[in-house]
Amino acid sequence: MTITFLIDALVTIIGITTPILLAASGELVVEKSGVINLGVEGMMLVGTIAGFAVTFETGNPWLGILVATLAGAAAATIFAVLVLSLGANQVATGLALTIFGIGLSSLIGSNYVGIAIDPLESPFPDVLATDSFWRVIFGHSPFVYFAIILVLAIGWFINKTRAGLVLRAIGENDLSAHSIGYPVIAIRYAAVAFGGAIAGIAGADFSMVISPLWAEQMTAGRGWIALALVVFAGWRAGRLLAGAYFFGVLMALELYAKASGHAIFPSQFWAAMPYLIAVIVLALISSRDGKDGKAPACLGKPFIPNG
Amino acid sequence: MRLLLEKRREPSRTMLVLTPVLSVIVIMVLGIIIFDGLGYDGQQAVWELFFTPVLDVYKWRDVASKAAPLILIALGLSLGNQAKIWNIGAEGQYIVGALGAAGIAFATQSMTGFWIIPLMIITGMVCGALYAGIPAVLRTRYGVSEVLSSLMFVYVSLQLLSYLITGPWKDPDGHNFPQTAQLTDAQLLPHELGDSGIPPGLLIALIATILFYVLVARTIFGFSVRAIGEAPHAARYGGFSSNGIVWATLMISGAMAGLAGVLELMQLTRLNLGYPSGYGFTAIIVSLLGRSHPVGVFIAGIVLAITYVGGQVAQTVVHVPNATAGLFQALLLFAILASDLLVRYRVRLSVSSSPAKGTRP
Repeated sequence: MTITFLIDALVTIIGITTPILLAASGELVVEKSGVINLGVEGMMLVGTIAGFAVTFETGNPWLGILVATLAGAAAATIFAVLVLSLGANQVATGLALTIFGIGLSSLIGSNYVGIAIDPLESPFPDVLATDSFWRVIFGHSPFVYFAIILVLAIGWFINKTRAGLVLRAIGENDLSAHSIGYPVIAIRYAAVAFGGAIAGIAGADFSMVISPLWAEQMTAGRGWIALALVVFAGWRAGRLLAGAYFFGVLMALELYAKASGHAIFPSQFWAAMPYLIAVIVLALISSRDGKDGKAPACLGKPFIPNG
Repeated sequence: MRLLLEKRREPSRTMLVLTPVLSVIVIMVLGIIIFDGLGYDGQQAVWELFFTPVLDVYKWRDVASKAAPLILIALGLSLGNQAKIWNIGAEGQYIVGALGAAGIAFATQSMTGFWIIPLMIITGMVCGALYAGIPAVLRTRYGVSEVLSSLMFVYVSLQLLSYLITGPWKDPDGHNFPQTAQLTDAQLLPHELGDSGIPPGLLIALIATILFYVLVARTIFGFSVRAIGEAPHAARYGGFSSNGIVWATLMISGAMAGLAGVLELMQLTRLNLGYPSGYGFTAIIVSLLGRSHPVGVFIAGIVLAITYVGGQVAQTVVHVPNATAGLFQALLLFAILASDLLVRYRVRLSVSSSPAKGTRP
């Protein structure tokens, strides 16, 4: 095992971790507000096609990211209207959002099958970005740096700011927060839209960096890993960051097994591994519920203000 | 003028039946607008999608063979819906059911006998049930939400399928294609019942619908499922085991998905990478559109099957992309979820100047 191999591995792990870290950070804010949006996978897919199509048509990747952000937020808003204004069931609506994202991204994407775009590259000068060692720090796409800053910022926001306190209060006890006078529904709308926007960016990371050749459903279930990650992290930003890289290592094992062809078990075993580990980890976490990190008390429950 | 929502004391039965029909109509109108917006002939696209499969007798067989797996899976899921236990991994149980039957087929390749087909069906159902049993253990033993865990196992089953058909079960005469050997005559159901054109799967779906109707409406089990869903605390107080209901609903829905998987395997005659069709996910829409009532599920299964067949027609006639049917199915689910409001609430228009009810500031 050479040092080059180690550097390559680190760069790969950091790259493939980023979309799930992003999507999970967004969902963390949503769930802190007491709403569970299972449509992460769908919102990510809407982001993949928006980012890809706009970048391909305009040649401007930043415009692609912007439109992916807006598209993710728009998809989340459909969910918000159904769940928050019409009182629809959150599990079923989240699932509907995923099916919608799969359908919409395949529909629009049917014009782009087999087309490739130039992947978005490191924002740092080539001297640093392609250097054999400094690549570990400077050789990533802008998404990587954004994701790390974002999760730290979200941790700070939730725990240290007044607005974050209000968000937590609404997630823990919506009736009390409502009676004190906080606009529960409006704040939940904002949280859901924010989560969608970030999921859209996570999707753009897929289609603009990780696999810039258009293919249907390229997120391949990563949105669900992001949802599991939020539970895994006990709804805390710090553990979310660590947990994301843990899953990143698992996902890298699949790539390694496919590329090398000799990895003890068939590559399908390694591909299934993140999902199996996610379930095992959920079982370990849930069975000692309450000791460290609990779900917001109002998670998934509808709130209908009476008057 | 403003909209006032009044909570109904009991869900409206009229609306429960009317809203699914309303949702389908809304989606047709919305479809015309969307397709026109995308630059296709909207009216014709919607016509091909929803009406051609109904009016063209030659499409009925297609509709029937697509409706059968949807109805079978959705019947199982409708039990969970009523108990508010979410099995969203039916696609995985469907795949594992087919794998179980394919295993039997693999072992009985050179044999004949009337027992082979029943053995394949039972094995498929058991495999589906056991696979759904994993989320049940996780939920009852470790408190893991069945929503996430059942879904995770879909991805695991996809990898298992891919491994088996590219490895140990690969057809030796298949020119290295990732697929299993073709089922033998002793392993296949007839394509149709007599000369009727009706695929055997639809008959099985019809029988299952009647059985589920009896199960839900006429047994203590059906009552306890609804009781757990509507008033969990009262039901537990009344002596119903909520863990028991978790086990029962998940394993029954797993068995039904497994059954659908076996029947689909017999239709297609072999497994390949294209086998996972998303029926397990579409069936969730079927169960909700059918309001989790066996008769409703049967009708909803046919409606969703029509959109599949119509999607293919629209693809060749109006040249809309392949993904169209999927998008419509999602929109239909949105509509049905939104229309739930009408079931639970009475919507009134009130003119703010009138001194009538609803004296709000």
